[in-house]
Amino acid sequence: MNIKFKEETFRGDFTFRNSPETIRRFPFPFHEDKYMYAVNMEPHVPAGPKGHAYNAPIDVDEHYVSEMRDREIVLKQDPLRCQALPHMMTAQWDTLELLMEQQAMGFPELFSLTKNGDQWRWVNKPLGIDQRFTFGDASTLPYEPMEYITRQAQGDFCIVDQRDGNLWMDAGMVTTQADWSLDFDVGMNFMEWHGPVPLAHQIGVFDRALKFLLNLQQGKPVRRLNWTMTINPRLDTSPENYHKWGPDRMTVTPENVGDKVHLRCELQSLWRLPRSNGILFVIRCYLLKMEELVTVPKWARRFHRVLRDLPPELIDYKGLTRYRPTTIEWLAKHDDGAATSPGIFPD
Amino acid sequence: MTINTDMPVKVVEITRVADSVKRFRLQRIDRQPMPAFSGGAHVVVAMQDGGLLRRNPYSLMSSPSDRSAYEISVLRVESSRGGSHFMHDHVKEGSTLTVTQPLNLFPFDHRGKKHILFAGGIGITPFIAMMDQMAREDRSFELHYAVRTRSHGAYWQELAQRYGDHRIRIYCDAEKLFIPTKSILAKQALGTHVYVCGPAGMIDGVLELAKSLGWPKQNLHSERFLAPPTGKPFTATLARSQKTITVGEHQSILEAVEAAGVDAPYMCRGGACGQCETVVISCSGEILHNDIYLEPDDKRSGKKIMICISRIKGDAVTLDL
Repeated sequence: MNIKFKEETFRGDFTFRNSPETIRRFPFPFHEDKYMYAVNMEPHVPAGPKGHAYNAPIDVDEHYVSEMRDREIVLKQDPLRCQALPHMMTAQWDTLELLMEQQAMGFPELFSLTKNGDQWRWVNKPLGIDQRFTFGDASTLPYEPMEYITRQAQGDFCIVDQRDGNLWMDAGMVTTQADWSLDFDVGMNFMEWHGPVPLAHQIGVFDRALKFLLNLQQGKPVRRLNWTMTINPRLDTSPENYHKWGPDRMTVTPENVGDKVHLRCELQSLWRLPRSNGILFVIRCYLLKMEELVTVPKWARRFHRVLRDLPPELIDYKGLTRYRPTTIEWLAKHDDGAATSPGIFPD
Repeated sequence: MTINTDMPVKVVEITRVADSVKRFRLQRIDRQPMPAFSGGAHVVVAMQDGGLLRRNPYSLMSSPSDRSAYEISVLRVESSRGGSHFMHDHVKEGSTLTVTQPLNLFPFDHRGKKHILFAGGIGITPFIAMMDQMAREDRSFELHYAVRTRSHGAYWQELAQRYGDHRIRIYCDAEKLFIPTKSILAKQALGTHVYVCGPAGMIDGVLELAKSLGWPKQNLHSERFLAPPTGKPFTATLARSQKTITVGEHQSILEAVEAAGVDAPYMCRGGACGQCETVVISCSGEILHNDIYLEPDDKRSGKKIMICISRIKGDAVTLDL
């Protein structure tokens, strides 16, 4: 696979866009013409047509280099986006190994990892890095292990400690989030950090999800898709920066929907970590402009219907209230009412 | 869709380590490194005993940093249902077995300021890997290890040599030396965690004493080696698979289900993890709950059973399988 990395921005002049190939690899989050919360977890095994975001368990795409640059900007302004409680060091090393191994396995022409006992060498060609270090000795890396590797991996990362029959968010690198804050949630347990989500608690989704995750097995990662919408291709829609992106939601007009309104999909994968018995929670964000989405007719029809029939609580919770009617009107022109095929992949 | 992550392994070394205890060193046949694991983890070992497929859980006791092989120790249990006898009498160097990915239901708390380990007999095995990891991570720990006789006790000399007498204390029943549990538990600082693995009486004793001394339950950890008890045969009807099977005297429901070619989820095979929780549609008799997973209300309801370890006293049960 030869990836041509884009030079683009996720702030300011917002030059982000997807190439036609990248549109088709988008992990579209709706398998039918409606949406409701469910414990929609499935084994995280390679799947989808060739080139799809599901092909490699830790995905790398044409936005990699620019996303890593955007992360650097966020961290410079707000170092608390990356935090790890002291007891998470073993889990940090687990995370480093997992991300290095998976990136090297999925994209051998871009990354390589060589192990000689605890003497490791990591080569990251897109970012021009060639690092020799001692596994287990944080003083041999320029950052702590989690920060080191997550400055080189797309997506947000939470490391969760498992104890007392619960999961605790005790470390993370979070710079591309859909309006939640690691600094606020750090140290919370599974029920606490999901506290604000509407409807799902009542139908027992979190009880079942927790029970499922406590038994997550090594070597058997799972995934689910979550979604929201974002105005302008902004990765950092954090509560800390709400004043920067909140007002964007007032700027949507019938003329600019195609370019300004984005479907934001999170490919979430969960991995049991071997040495710490923790869980790595990967939240990989993908953005798709409405004008890009409608180039896939199945997705145009389906997203129009999902958005039109969304339960009111979800409209509010996902922050879609202001621009949803304009977007539905725009999407309606791309929905001829034809039936859609099952599943998430393009026809 | 399920992923099969089981690993075929070859027995490369068998060592007799004490009366009735043998250690088995297992290497992957495909020569890939073993997955890393955390101290306290176990694997389920599958053995082909003629036409019978046996699956027993064993704690990993090799160093978690050793990726070249796994080691387990097996006590020959006299009243065994057959697994430990098979391992002792029929498994030789060169034999092949299958092991699952490691699973840890007995992890140590990484926040602990100090870790106190209580082991009885073969209950030492998870602590061997745990202490290896704790030593490497520079954590404070001490082990109190009770053995029946010195020749029955496995590994106590090696452990004392490796970690020193200040961290390894041996108590021998035959010499009338017993763990002074009360005085140990009474004098610990906040942030200390207690771990106990051994016979049921020992586990209950330590936990009850700790509770009475005011220890928070989050700081108390235990692992029981539960094996499915034997009992009178009964009939199980698997409603979804439309099969009726007999659960034999020495078989668990799960084993009988597997022997009938029906796939049922499982992980620990010791009544602890919850994976094999099964809905009971009807039961003519009484469910004998042997697990430590279901809540008391669930047990009383008669609507759930952990099929890896529990059985029924009666003629027949119908399960949602």
